[in-house]
Amino acid sequence: MVSRIWTGAAALVLASTLPALAQQPAQQAQPIKIGIVTFLTGPAAAPFGIPGRNAAETLIEALNAGKAPAPYNQVGIGGAKIEAKYVDEAGSTANVVTEFRNLVQRDKVDVVLGYVSSGSCLAVTPVAEELQQLTVLDVCGTPRIFEEKPRKYVFRVNPHATMDNVAAAKYVMEKRKDVSVYSGINQNYAWGQDSWRDFNLTMKTLAPKATTDKVLFPKLFAGEFGAEISALLTSNSQIIHSSFFDGDLEAFIYQSAARGLPQRIPLVLTTGETSLYRAGSKMTDGTIIGARGPHTLLAHDSPLNTWFQQIYTERYSQPAIYPAYHMAQSLFGLKMAWEKAQTKKGGARPTIDEVIAAFEGLEFPTPSTTVRLTLGKGHQGATDTAYGTFRWNKSEGKPELTDIVRYPAECVNPPPDMDSVAWLEAGMKGAKCN
Amino acid sequence: MLTALAIFTDGLVYAAYLFVVAIGLTLIFGVMKILNVTHGSFYAFGAYGAATAVGIYFDKGWPVAGGFLLMVLTAMLIGLVIGIVLERGILRFVYGKDEVVIVLVTYAVFLILEDVLILVWGTNSYSAYQPLAAAGNFEVGALVLSGYDMGLIALAATLAAASHWALKYTRYGRLLTVVIFDQETAAAFGINVTVVFTLTFVLGAMLGALGGAVMAPKISVTLGIGVEVIVLAFAVVVTGGLGSIEGALLGAFIVGLCRAAAVHLVPQLELFVVYGVMALVLVFRPYGLFTQVQPRKI
Amino acid sequence: MWSRANLAGALAFLAVAVMAPMLPAWIVSLATIAFANAFVVLGLIILWRAGLVPFGQALFYAIGAYAVALIGRYTGLRDAFLMVAIAAVCAGIVAFFVGYLLARYRDIFFAMLSLAMSMILYGVLVKTETLGSTDGFHVETPTFLGYAPRGPALNLAIFWLVLGLAAVSASLVALYFRSIAGALSVPVRDNEIRVEFLGISVTRLIHLKLVVSGILAGMGGALAAFSVAHVDPNMAYWTTSGGFVFVTILAGTSSVAAAFVGSFAFELVRSIAVDILPGTWQMILGSVLLLTILFLPDGLGSVVSRFKSRRPRTP
Repeated sequence: MVSRIWTGAAALVLASTLPALAQQPAQQAQPIKIGIVTFLTGPAAAPFGIPGRNAAETLIEALNAGKAPAPYNQVGIGGAKIEAKYVDEAGSTANVVTEFRNLVQRDKVDVVLGYVSSGSCLAVTPVAEELQQLTVLDVCGTPRIFEEKPRKYVFRVNPHATMDNVAAAKYVMEKRKDVSVYSGINQNYAWGQDSWRDFNLTMKTLAPKATTDKVLFPKLFAGEFGAEISALLTSNSQIIHSSFFDGDLEAFIYQSAARGLPQRIPLVLTTGETSLYRAGSKMTDGTIIGARGPHTLLAHDSPLNTWFQQIYTERYSQPAIYPAYHMAQSLFGLKMAWEKAQTKKGGARPTIDEVIAAFEGLEFPTPSTTVRLTLGKGHQGATDTAYGTFRWNKSEGKPELTDIVRYPAECVNPPPDMDSVAWLEAGMKGAKCN
Repeated sequence: MLTALAIFTDGLVYAAYLFVVAIGLTLIFGVMKILNVTHGSFYAFGAYGAATAVGIYFDKGWPVAGGFLLMVLTAMLIGLVIGIVLERGILRFVYGKDEVVIVLVTYAVFLILEDVLILVWGTNSYSAYQPLAAAGNFEVGALVLSGYDMGLIALAATLAAASHWALKYTRYGRLLTVVIFDQETAAAFGINVTVVFTLTFVLGAMLGALGGAVMAPKISVTLGIGVEVIVLAFAVVVTGGLGSIEGALLGAFIVGLCRAAAVHLVPQLELFVVYGVMALVLVFRPYGLFTQVQPRKI
Repeated sequence: MWSRANLAGALAFLAVAVMAPMLPAWIVSLATIAFANAFVVLGLIILWRAGLVPFGQALFYAIGAYAVALIGRYTGLRDAFLMVAIAAVCAGIVAFFVGYLLARYRDIFFAMLSLAMSMILYGVLVKTETLGSTDGFHVETPTFLGYAPRGPALNLAIFWLVLGLAAVSASLVALYFRSIAGALSVPVRDNEIRVEFLGISVTRLIHLKLVVSGILAGMGGALAAFSVAHVDPNMAYWTTSGGFVFVTILAGTSSVAAAFVGSFAFELVRSIAVDILPGTWQMILGSVLLLTILFLPDGLGSVVSRFKSRRPRTP
């Protein structure tokens, strides 16, 4: 009697799997596994990691349902559903590399996508090349990835950070031609140091007679900027450059506004967009804001952008900021390349080498702009960028950016055959601005 | 001249910040000889709690002064609850063990509390800037000073004075001093060291949370704010001498002033200042600035 | 000469070395970095037996790592054995000089002073933009006495290197513990003044221990640099030191093998925690640590010791 129950149960189980088996036509239906690595804990989670993950979750859900507008309306990637596994980027570089290996060798993902910290990107890239793992780097900004060595398996759709500070300097000189003394407050680590270096080099070309006054590098995540604000108050600068982001940026905004600094000396915030919605009401009118590309309030109008903002805001009750746009760009780039390789193969699932061939030099639309992989031998993306001046709209209670100036990609990115720093030191030779 | 004034006021503000953060830690270490890594969690919870309370309060548009009081009370309450739960629930099982093992326990608790923070408040960052803005500012020449910062200095001074008075003139304070000096003899004299431990830990937790609460309006309350504070607090406590509140005050003052001077005059050294000062003090006074004379046990 | 413990240890290392090619690649990589870190833990065990817990071993770890990385970047030298030896010597020299200052301090002051030293190195590395500041830079692939593997063979080669050096170091340290200097660790922890009365210079003893643990930490850093193929200033940060201290306490000081077992267990638990709870893995790690402390207060190594002590000893 018991054995009959077991036989019956076994038959039921078998029967229930039959429909599932029947629904799997050819190898295409096998899902595409993407390992998404970003900061889920720690101070970089709120500004970068979580918006990135939110964008990934929303987009992947929409893509798997085939709900994205053209040219991304195919289900998942090339008809196969996307399965995402999220990994925390927090920890030492050794931890990051270990987790990368785990994703590739233990979880056997098809693509690894993500990484916010430039250190992580630099560490993971050689491992990706060694393991021959297709990797799409996301937010990290250092130009070193493709300038140190050509890469085969690693791509970065999002432009690197050079254009942020070049455009900032250009905007400053356009809007405030009289700048003769400027200062900077940047975090004392690679991002802050590189940002200041790029801004400074560009200013040397655009305004050779201008001088720097206070060059401050407080500790990363210091949070308390009393002394720095005093130093800036007693300086005679006309603008202050800062690449601060979120936690430090908001602390600096609150503390400097309380002491009247931005009213006296305008701030140039190259990643200011991340704090627009959180600290916006405390920001001073006249602050110059960048978004590491034409994102959110700086985005070009398009049905794709409207759709993206809509699905994001519906789910998370706040607008998508640039880390979300970066994630969207990475995902769309991957999808476009994979589907292009698949079409070329007549609908069969492409190999990694075929995807790479399709990815190199790719041009594709994203919610905010068009991306072209023109740098790094077709592996590094470049886009245009934009800067604007902040104004708080009191009647509607929301932030606005006015006096928006756009800079085409060839104007603020180095040419394909030159390293970023060399290009800046050569006075941005070969830049094509309108 | 203006620079000198700036250095002095900036030094005082930073010293006040360090002192408020470190006083709870030095109290716990002095009495219980525990290096409390969880102090960073007290700070973080105090900040998050205050940010939430302030957010609700100011949204309702109630008078500003109440907002300040609310911050302090929220912090005290949070510190009280967490302190009691931790001390009675986990710490009392590990008292007899090696000091280093107890540090590990506090570190494990710190890790757990970091994620409890995420579970309760999520990964968003919060702001509580209203008290900072409400305190206004005033000008001294080209320098603009924040009223809130001045309030911080006043708070630190009050705390220092209050703890000094409490230690010398109240019964509990004198009990504490005895236990700091020699725990075993105190117990032999009939002092209920267990109760003293619990009270001290809870007090330390409340002070740690207070540190977070008063800093909340100046910063963006986000994940990880507890981590950096731990090392800063430890450095100040070690510089000043363990268990000594005057030491913590003097240590905070020296570190604050040196750091302000570095930022204004030699910004490249800013990163090294805290550790450099500590190392320098230790070279000349191996047990910190204010130490108790310890008899040598042979 | 070969005690039972030593034989067991040698067999264990041999077994792991033989099994390695058959294990999944990710476990081998995990074990490589765990065992590299275990060198630092070994040094910490030496110091902890004497009652000292430095919070700045990351100083020597970073020196070892950067030594190897700088050699690879600026010279053509690629031999792993030579590079590790140079790294160990560099770390040892720094430990020798730093030891003059550190050997006079005890307890928390010792811990914080060593922390200060490591943070000073951190600051210097962060300010050095040519070395990439906080982004760090790549470590060139090493060769092994002429053998130049690539791909999966390279990972195995690095693992065997770590394992081999670990075996050598472990047996040397075990030998040290049986020597007079090693045996004096516990008396120094208990009552320094009596040890001085015996005519032994405690400061010199501690100085020696600092140099030995510095050398071990430098080796660990060099091997970690090969394994991760990247160095950055974070290797000198206090949280790195803290990580080593916590693995040490987790492992316990009772045996040399504990360093390796404990380190591997820590890495494994961390990886599993990140895998199953990506957003709140710290809680799992903290809970595991807490439970270990509460139920195994003498560390994981005590499990082995307790097992050993149950067997009847023949005189």
